[in-house]
Amino acid sequence: MKELTDIALDTASQHGASYADIRIIHTENEAVNAKNEKPSQIDRSDDLGFGVRVIANGAWGFASSNEVSKSEVEKIAALAVEIAKASATTATESVWLAPEEPHQDIWQTPVQIDPFKVGIEKKLDLLLKINAELMQVKQIKIANSQMDFTREQQFFANTEGSFIEQTLMFSEIGYSATAVGNEDMQRRSFPSSFGGQGMTKGYELIEELPLLENTRRIAEEAAMLLTAKQCPQKTTDLILEGSQLALQIHESIGHPTELDRILGTEANYAGTSFATIDKLGKLQYGSPMVNIVADSTVPHGLATVGYDDEGVAAQKWHIIKDGILVGYLTSRETVHAINGNRSHGAMRADGWRHIPLIRMTNMSLMPGDWTLEELLADTKDGIYMETNKSWSIDQQRVNFQFATEIAWEIKHGKKIQPLKNPSYQGITVEFWNSCDAICHENYFVLWGISNCGKGQPGQTAQMSHGAAPARFRKVKVGVANV
Amino acid sequence: MFDKNEQGPPSLLKGAGGISYLTESSAKQIINKVLNISTADETEIFVGSESSALTRFAENHIHQNVAENSFGIRVRAIIDKQMGEAHISKCDDDSLKKVVTDAIEIARVTPPDPELLPLPGSQIYQPVEAYHEESISPMQRAKYIAKAITLCKNAGLTAAGIFSNGSSSSAMGNSNGLFAYHRSSVVNFSITVMGDDSSGWAQKHSRKSADIETEKLTGIAIQKAELNNNPKTMEPGKYTVILEPDAVAGLIGYLAFGFNALAVDEGRSYLVGKVGKKIAGESISLRSDVYHPLHQGRPYDGEGIPTQCVELIKNGIAAGLVYDRLTALKHNVEPTGHGEGGHNSYGAFPDCPVMDGGGATLEEMIALTERGVLVTHFHYQNLVDPMQVIVTGMTRDGTFWIENGKIQYGLKNLRFNQKILEMLNNVEMMSEPVLASGMVVPAMKVNQFNFSSGTEF
Repeated sequence: MKELTDIALDTASQHGASYADIRIIHTENEAVNAKNEKPSQIDRSDDLGFGVRVIANGAWGFASSNEVSKSEVEKIAALAVEIAKASATTATESVWLAPEEPHQDIWQTPVQIDPFKVGIEKKLDLLLKINAELMQVKQIKIANSQMDFTREQQFFANTEGSFIEQTLMFSEIGYSATAVGNEDMQRRSFPSSFGGQGMTKGYELIEELPLLENTRRIAEEAAMLLTAKQCPQKTTDLILEGSQLALQIHESIGHPTELDRILGTEANYAGTSFATIDKLGKLQYGSPMVNIVADSTVPHGLATVGYDDEGVAAQKWHIIKDGILVGYLTSRETVHAINGNRSHGAMRADGWRHIPLIRMTNMSLMPGDWTLEELLADTKDGIYMETNKSWSIDQQRVNFQFATEIAWEIKHGKKIQPLKNPSYQGITVEFWNSCDAICHENYFVLWGISNCGKGQPGQTAQMSHGAAPARFRKVKVGVANV
Repeated sequence: MFDKNEQGPPSLLKGAGGISYLTESSAKQIINKVLNISTADETEIFVGSESSALTRFAENHIHQNVAENSFGIRVRAIIDKQMGEAHISKCDDDSLKKVVTDAIEIARVTPPDPELLPLPGSQIYQPVEAYHEESISPMQRAKYIAKAITLCKNAGLTAAGIFSNGSSSSAMGNSNGLFAYHRSSVVNFSITVMGDDSSGWAQKHSRKSADIETEKLTGIAIQKAELNNNPKTMEPGKYTVILEPDAVAGLIGYLAFGFNALAVDEGRSYLVGKVGKKIAGESISLRSDVYHPLHQGRPYDGEGIPTQCVELIKNGIAAGLVYDRLTALKHNVEPTGHGEGGHNSYGAFPDCPVMDGGGATLEEMIALTERGVLVTHFHYQNLVDPMQVIVTGMTRDGTFWIENGKIQYGLKNLRFNQKILEMLNNVEMMSEPVLASGMVVPAMKVNQFNFSSGTEF
């Protein structure tokens, strides 16, 4: 690989690049899915390619190819420089990169059980068992379960002398039960929705999760929702379960604090951000108990790496401290906008094909000191919502709306009945300032999100958000009742 | 023809800027090679390549500029109704052997599927014209963008957007003699223009750059941004709205999943018990039509079955569903060519939507509105309730208050929660349909559209 990376960097320099980097990535994936009593997809894939990123005449260019050969590497590196020179025709100032010392290193996700060495029969057997358990409840018409494993081996090199080899391992599992009846359809998922729970772990993730232990509950809750009362429309106290709170963090804190968004780079697609630089250090983003920590080093997070995709070492830092906005997700190019002199290492690309963008790393709401029982008992009149069903937020990340699979009405400190089709809407800063209780670390789970979209062309990234259930006062619920 | 290469794909036709496509003969060669290697009872192969270049700009300069190429082969191997699937991104001999071996290995450990149908044989496909031979260099893309940026700067505004061009080609073949090939090209220009407290947007995509008038589109976005400055707050409630075609496209797409016959059978479609019944206003007709001149989509599905044009809604009546092969067999009908292939656990999906329109222009709709809201397009829509087809989202980049037949001022953006079928029962006027955000849809004037909350900008 070193020979190929040297060719790319030398070619780029010879054609006029002042900076170049290359990522060569080999990705193996195995997906095992089952629907009801049979497999619905069993698939293995093997992918290899590279991407070259350059600065020439003070502007960026990038080209990629799946053809990993000396001649193609030369051609693509030259093309990247040609593209950069075209970019430069509209440049008003040159790209400047914050320094990062060169790294020569090998880093890998710690794994106990290599999932690629676990037989497909064993994986499928577990999924079919889960489905069979779910379908014991007669209203369940569709049981879906899936596992996904990815090993990504990346070689990164740049013209500053870095050469880094990283091997990342991702494992994910989830299931859902769809109940049909009463002219309705309702779904419950475990451990969370949209693929389930993912971590940078091996097959030990599958063995650790209480999958079969929860099938009966999940199936019965789906069936129960068919005849449950509709979530009412009102303003009330809202307790969010951890996986839903993880998505709340993602949409209303993670995305708005991507510095490239704040600087306008996503304006044509995902939008900009209300959390502008003038608010750094000043904005009371949340109540004083809200502390959000970004951490690319936390064990087993989906964004846990040794180095980001521009060779910056993984770090941990505050985004919100005691409720105040104190930090952003930055890159080597953007950090100077906040007078920073080192990137926090938040640049990641969706494979070799795409350029790195600022992506959320693992971002977590630090736990508080309540038990869930205490929190429920302390809530006179409220709603407890679990497991995301849909999400939407405006392009500056202010007005959001979420729906969950299930909610529970709380009266006088007790969950008294399930509610179907729950939804809630809020304004980001008002919402986070209404947070008045967070459960303690025994309830803290690092929830994986594996389908975060950004960029043009579009890319997908994965990250984790740690959260324990938390309460928010006076939130509008039932907003989608139309 | 094949180029001998260390690991890469066969020879590709190249234009400036690296845009290329997999030729039909190369695709056939790869498929035949795989068929010769495979020892499975039945083998199905997909091979595809994609090549694209995208120049992105923001804050009035190009900040990202990329050219991306990819290639892939998927093999499905079937042995005694046991199916396995594998993908690889290379087509040298060792890689072809590996992908076949992986697919067979998976097949051997997968339980047999008694419902697995034999792979279809040779089919006849309707020709489509989806590819236009054109090369656009990085410098040419930069020039288009530079002109757009200059217009915005002259207006004291900030531009962000993309100019992209690309092509994709794919083929499928199987051991029962099926072979299908399709290639397409696309050019896309999209621009968001921003003032201090306003924004405007315009977009167009086509098969060729001659259809993309970047300066005209920029002018439209500038006009919206200028009209929209100092936006006022509007109280939530039900209003008459005029939805431009991209706004309509942002809503109509959420109906598609319901027309999947398997979803109806399984009870996960809002059309359960409603096929053949009125679900929308009489003026509403919607079909899946890959052969429409503005679509010219792939003429076959994931099973290799020729895609039919299917009436989904006819004069407000839920008229038809789309069927994969297995679901069609169970209903004793012909498959419609919208299946995904493989185990088909999802069923079928009606792509290339075409909605009939009316004879009104956007200007006429505005002139005939006493009080209402003009919407350019939506942002971050999502399906909140699939059984009632309730969609939420935000307005974006040009939302205006209309009164007495004229645009009066810009509005701060609004969130909606709307039942889409109810909306289609409240359509008062429509324009001629145009290609917008991947669909052929008209602009619409709709009554009683539900805005549920607002935002700060």
